[in-house]
Amino acid sequence: MTPEQQASYWRRNLSYIAVLLAVWASVSYGASILFADALDRVNVLGFPLGFWFATQGSILTFLVLVFVYVKLMNDLDRKFGVYER
Amino acid sequence: MGVSAWTWVIVVASFVLYMGIALYTRAKSAVDYYVADRRVNPVLNGMATGTDWMSAASFMSMAGLVAVMGRDGSAYLMGWTGGYVLLAVLLAPYLRKYGKYTVPQFVGDRYYSSAARVVALFCAIAISFTYVAGQMRGVGIVLARFLGTSIEQGVVVGAVIVFLYAVLGGMKGITYTQVAQYVVLIAGYLIPAIFMSMMLTGSAVPPLGMGGTLTREGAALLGAERGQHLLEVLNRISLDLGFPAFTAGWKTRLDVVAITAALMVGTAGLPHIIIRFFTVPKIRDARSSAAWALVFIAVLYTTAPAVAVFARATSVATVHGRLAADAPEWFRNWEGTKLVGFQDRDGDGRMRMSADPARNEVTIDPDVLVLANPEITRLPPWVVALVAAGALGAALSTAAGLLLVIAAGVAHDLVKSVLFPRMTDKAELLGARIVALSAAALAAWFGLHPPGRVAEVVAYAFGLAASSFFPVILAGIFWKRATKEGAIAAMISGILFTAGYIAFFKILRPDLDGPRHWLLGISPEGIGSVGMLLAFAVIVGVSLATAAPPREVQELVASLRYPREAHDAGGPSAGRRTFR
Repeated sequence: MTPEQQASYWRRNLSYIAVLLAVWASVSYGASILFADALDRVNVLGFPLGFWFATQGSILTFLVLVFVYVKLMNDLDRKFGVYER
Repeated sequence: MGVSAWTWVIVVASFVLYMGIALYTRAKSAVDYYVADRRVNPVLNGMATGTDWMSAASFMSMAGLVAVMGRDGSAYLMGWTGGYVLLAVLLAPYLRKYGKYTVPQFVGDRYYSSAARVVALFCAIAISFTYVAGQMRGVGIVLARFLGTSIEQGVVVGAVIVFLYAVLGGMKGITYTQVAQYVVLIAGYLIPAIFMSMMLTGSAVPPLGMGGTLTREGAALLGAERGQHLLEVLNRISLDLGFPAFTAGWKTRLDVVAITAALMVGTAGLPHIIIRFFTVPKIRDARSSAAWALVFIAVLYTTAPAVAVFARATSVATVHGRLAADAPEWFRNWEGTKLVGFQDRDGDGRMRMSADPARNEVTIDPDVLVLANPEITRLPPWVVALVAAGALGAALSTAAGLLLVIAAGVAHDLVKSVLFPRMTDKAELLGARIVALSAAALAAWFGLHPPGRVAEVVAYAFGLAASSFFPVILAGIFWKRATKEGAIAAMISGILFTAGYIAFFKILRPDLDGPRHWLLGISPEGIGSVGMLLAFAVIVGVSLATAAPPREVQELVASLRYPREAHDAGGPSAGRRTFR
């Protein structure tokens, strides 16, 4: 990779990380802790919603986030010609 | 066959299986011993990492904590899963690109200093021993209850077993043994949970059953009506005892945020987890391995709150208000371990539970709820035995991973690189095994004198990792300007601050241990987040005040960011030529 390509690759990586961590923080610190009491007023499938996020929803979101990252980075690696064979 | 006999059979069979795998895959070289020859399939590696991750704390303690803490217990659920997102995006692929053997080695190379390497080694040892102390206590509890040994005998037996297969197999043996242990562990956790879910709410999927409505049998057991929501009934039970509602939060928000953050960040700073990403063939395998690890962990972690809800509801319902002479069988079985007890304060012969410590007559150690669950709901003895085997598998697998970090660290980072650089591969291997032996003995000692409950002790280890390794490794990867003075100062200040705070409130002045005297109302379990912020501030401040790192180091940092240079023939194997 040329230095320009390296810089471009790295910037893309950082932007993915920023977005994924923003979701990570909002579902855990946001929905499950700071706003949990407010969300609890809504009831979903027998669960107060804040409680559901805290005990299940956040974990499921984390799973989605890590697999999304794997897919995004594999695509990025291919695009820049650094995908490992 | 009774519970004891079944437990002997299943536990011994599982031990034979683990030893067999360790023998079959035993390490023959240093690269085998430290990183399993870098050839582990990422899905299997994820499963092994998950098992290494899920210790006695996850298996036994966590559901117990959620049971007694209500929604605030989710700090542990989120803390111990959310960290994998951090690992996957912030650490795993870059450290795999670096590709050597241990975390202190990375710190030493990145910060161009053997002093930094040794400081990192001491941090790793402090973290790992704290963590392993909790495991050995877990092992002692299980063996004491189910095999009738004393807790002391149980701890010693556990230490011997761990030593044998960690020492024989090294990382390779541990990895494949952990795959087997996952199967035992998850079966031991899910089967009772599924039974209980079906019995109480008719759903075979515990996370859904948690939100479900009571069956006739469940309603009878809990003294409620059929068709009521289980969570509503549990909330009512909590309120009746004088506790807040189960699904509400009790601690201050700041403390819950601090605990969650300390656990998440600590996850990404644990040396025995970080090295699990050195064992896969490619950088992209490191990312997917982190993802797969979370899948296998999530299976247990989404079930845990359900187990907590079931256990809390049924343990209270079968005990509160009962005549002591008529105590349920599970209660009497566990009284012998002294982890469950009754003290007739009001002299009426009935067991009353209360949120008010002065009136409460019944104590149930949260660490035993998961193990007691199948007995509370009268499941067959082989299920009880399977749970015991699962708990043991969880504790031993983690203890093995920790011992390996300690052994590898001392042998590789201290003895070989600092003391005897001309040591041969074989001598290093022998040295690592000797260190593992001493570490196992010391771990057993800690198991006999534990500083607290399993999950609490483990949480302290996380706080130490969050305030020492995480900031220094993260800065090492993402900030070229981080210097060796900054790293050393950050590790020392972070870990001393956190360890000091914990020691003050838990050992020196436990009488002051409460929200009134805590810094900003943050508990010792959460203080690691503050330690982390302190360490970040120190590494930034001190780095900017000292000379920039040499150019080779800045190039090393840059090269960590790309899976391979486009002109190379392949990935990390090409990198290996450059870095070694």
